[in-house]
Amino acid sequence: MPGVAYRRSLVSPDPLTRLAREDSGRVLALLARRFGVGPAEEAVQDALAEAARVWPERGVPMNPPAWLMTVAKRKAIDRLRREASARRRTRDAAFDSQVAGSDTADAADAWAVDDGDGDTMTVDEQHISDDQLRLMLLCCHPALDRDTQVALTLRLVGGLTTPEIAAAFLVAEATLAQRIVRAKRKIRDAGIPLSIPADLDGRLDSLLSVLYLVFNEGYLSRGGASDGAAVRVDLADEAIRLTALVAALVPDHAETDGLLALELFHRARSHTRLDDAGDLVLLERQDRSQWDGAVIRDGNAVLARALRRMQPGPYQLQAVIASHHANARAAADTDWPAITVLYAQLVAMTGSPVIRLNHAISVAMADGPLAGLALLNDIGGLDSYHLLHATRGELLARAGDIAGARAEFERALRFTDNPAERRHLERRRLDPTV
Amino acid sequence: MEYMILIHSDESDEMPSPGTPEFDAMMGEWAAYNQRLIDGGHWVAGASLQPTVTATVVRTQPGAASTITDGPFIESKEQLGGFYLVTADDLDQAIELAEGIPVPGASLEVRPVAFRPDAD
Repeated sequence: MPGVAYRRSLVSPDPLTRLAREDSGRVLALLARRFGVGPAEEAVQDALAEAARVWPERGVPMNPPAWLMTVAKRKAIDRLRREASARRRTRDAAFDSQVAGSDTADAADAWAVDDGDGDTMTVDEQHISDDQLRLMLLCCHPALDRDTQVALTLRLVGGLTTPEIAAAFLVAEATLAQRIVRAKRKIRDAGIPLSIPADLDGRLDSLLSVLYLVFNEGYLSRGGASDGAAVRVDLADEAIRLTALVAALVPDHAETDGLLALELFHRARSHTRLDDAGDLVLLERQDRSQWDGAVIRDGNAVLARALRRMQPGPYQLQAVIASHHANARAAADTDWPAITVLYAQLVAMTGSPVIRLNHAISVAMADGPLAGLALLNDIGGLDSYHLLHATRGELLARAGDIAGARAEFERALRFTDNPAERRHLERRRLDPTV
Repeated sequence: MEYMILIHSDESDEMPSPGTPEFDAMMGEWAAYNQRLIDGGHWVAGASLQPTVTATVVRTQPGAASTITDGPFIESKEQLGGFYLVTADDLDQAIELAEGIPVPGASLEVRPVAFRPDAD
């Protein structure tokens, strides 16, 4: 699959986890077309549970994805047979009786699916891609709320387990399990279809914002490795993997590549965001020699690919800004005037208050703190956002108003629980001098 | 699959008076929409309701007499004004049908039917 090789900081997961993350989504997508999302998901989960029981004794099979496809398919069929309700389509009944004889796990025909025409055919990459895309788009259907979209995407497409997702988002496992059960029920009862929607662009926007949300959750990692919990799934890497998958499935959509590039540029810097004590290190102080040059080069390539399509959009703009930082050898080399222009475009495109804040910061870097402060005062809607007050604090300190700065850091502390952020703000409050 | 589409809109919105060309145009849009449902094989049922001033609420309780009051059920800016019962392939098609309803600004609840005794 074309895409970007990204660097994992974690040790390679065990074969079963790798199967779940990298292959179960594809198998589920294929089976969903025939059996529906709910039954397909149960079949895949049952098959993975069987693998967990059986592989330690019998060893890992030669071709794990083929094994999964065969076993999950058999379980889906067995389930259909058990159910007393009438089949909606006679095609399923024909499929059912034809497959009855092929129970042996044969690696060669493991991807074979009968399409009802009487002959067994091997599913080619394009069919798998279409089914996978449909599944990803289903997970982000507007009839599902955002929390559900996130959980479903990670579960059905990413192949993460319920405990993994719950731990990553600091949500109780039971809550998350219920969310997924309700979602599957709604998909079935309300008839949410597995299809490419008429408004594909709109749905892709939803999918990308789900993935960006997952990335940010991982990138800003609320607890950090020191919070005592078991090793948490690296959500940032998961988001990158899934974004790359979308880019492969929908190659002519520039914003997907834009998001991927943005994620890569952030990811390249993630080692330097916190120091050894787990405290925040601001961008201008980060040790750029520790930035992952290979990931930055990947980001550059993906961004170039995006821009060539001439379909401008906010993720691409953010990625261009991020590339300015990522490619500047030293903080002093940063082209702030260029960045202010980009932010101004982004403000015009989105009207987002947070982006106005970032614009104000870039103006301060280019034209001095007073210019930035003036812009800050015009931003509405961020009064409970700790970064607004922290930013004002920094700019006041740079402008020489130490008392004013202290008051702003004080105010900022009221609006964040994040331990690393709080420690940083406490330090700034105690000594606001630059 | 069958879906009910519940049409909620602000009753205080300006409506054309009967006898005016605007009124005829509006009725024409509704007639055309209904015909589209019928032609597409989606029509099961539909009706517009009299305004909420005509509503009566009956609250029942087990083992006690019911309470009857002047309606509507919920006081809110948007009120139930009509409904359609449609057949659609899936939720997306039902949503598409709902979006075609010629009401200027409305909240349309689209909910699948569980069981309809008079269904074929």
